[in-house]
Amino acid sequence: MVVVECIISFFLILGAFFALTGSIGLYRMTNFFTRLHGPTKATTLGVGSMALASAVYFSFQGNGISLHEVLITLFLFITAPVSAHFLAKAALHLRMHKNTEALPPR
Amino acid sequence: MHNHKKPFLSAQRWLPHPLMTLMLIIIWLLLVNAISFGHIILGILFGVAIPWFTNRFWPERPKIAKPVQLVRFFFGTFLRDIIVANLNVVRLTLQSDISQLQPEFIAVPLDIADQMVISILASVISLTPGTVSAEITLDRRVLIVHGLDIPDQKAAVRTIKTRYEAPLKEIFSC
Amino acid sequence: MLNIAVIIAFTLIVIAQVLNLYRLFNGPSLPDRILALDNMYIDAIALFILVGIHFSSKAYFEAALIIAVMGFISTVATSKYLTRGDILE
Repeated sequence: MVVVECIISFFLILGAFFALTGSIGLYRMTNFFTRLHGPTKATTLGVGSMALASAVYFSFQGNGISLHEVLITLFLFITAPVSAHFLAKAALHLRMHKNTEALPPR
Repeated sequence: MHNHKKPFLSAQRWLPHPLMTLMLIIIWLLLVNAISFGHIILGILFGVAIPWFTNRFWPERPKIAKPVQLVRFFFGTFLRDIIVANLNVVRLTLQSDISQLQPEFIAVPLDIADQMVISILASVISLTPGTVSAEITLDRRVLIVHGLDIPDQKAAVRTIKTRYEAPLKEIFSC
Repeated sequence: MLNIAVIIAFTLIVIAQVLNLYRLFNGPSLPDRILALDNMYIDAIALFILVGIHFSSKAYFEAALIIAVMGFISTVATSKYLTRGDILE
């Protein structure tokens, strides 16, 4: 049981650390498009790993295995790129980018 | 696309998207968090009914030509790159001087034409190292990607094309 | 040991939420604010998961899932509104 607790604690703290890093990225970066990277990657993986830790925790509570937290992880990983894409589209539409060289004419 | 063109008793008509049916059954069983006969029946009911009613939104189904390669791509390339990407983003975010970053837009010319595969590619790019797919041009030939730290644009485009686009093109054979 | 881990994780997530709040109030543009709000939704899921482990109750799972769904829908709807000036076309 101690091993299981260690694994759960490790994943919880690692996940919280990743989520914090995502927010630090959101706080520190200077431009909208660089701010977009922290939340889409670090926060998604962080909260995903916390959900997995929760699944492990409830599976060892003695009421049979509990896997439905995996759904949260799955959902986050599917939706994060989509919402990032929509936000980037909105920001491009509002002409928030500075360097336009790489953007081909529309 | 419309059901009444097809013969009455055919898999095409009643099970337009078998993979989606399977996914829906699995998701239902995960959601109720129990495996019992009643829930399996209810899951199959949803798995058949939902693709049937939403059929018009999914005109074509993705053809997976090489399922083994898909599994290898998912576990070998994709999951590994998610971890690498996150460590990378953590390192770039926490470094003391963020003004050294070279954020850049890059234009990735696409070889694949299938909409479904393009959206899978865009999602994979968003989740993996330092890049977020931002926009696709109206003719669906060029994907515009924003990178957090791109010292060499040509190399970044080459990496995306060889590492993600080529395997996806092979897996979905398009 | 698990209790300590949960408390540490709580602290980290709360700091993250404060940073998100800063960006939400201070963000120079609307997409920044939407991004901060989206991040707050995801961190709220983390808080619900932690509360669920702390009280060892499964009842918080549904709340977390609903917040995940609602956060995604609202982010997509608001950014679509910014892009098109309309949500449903």
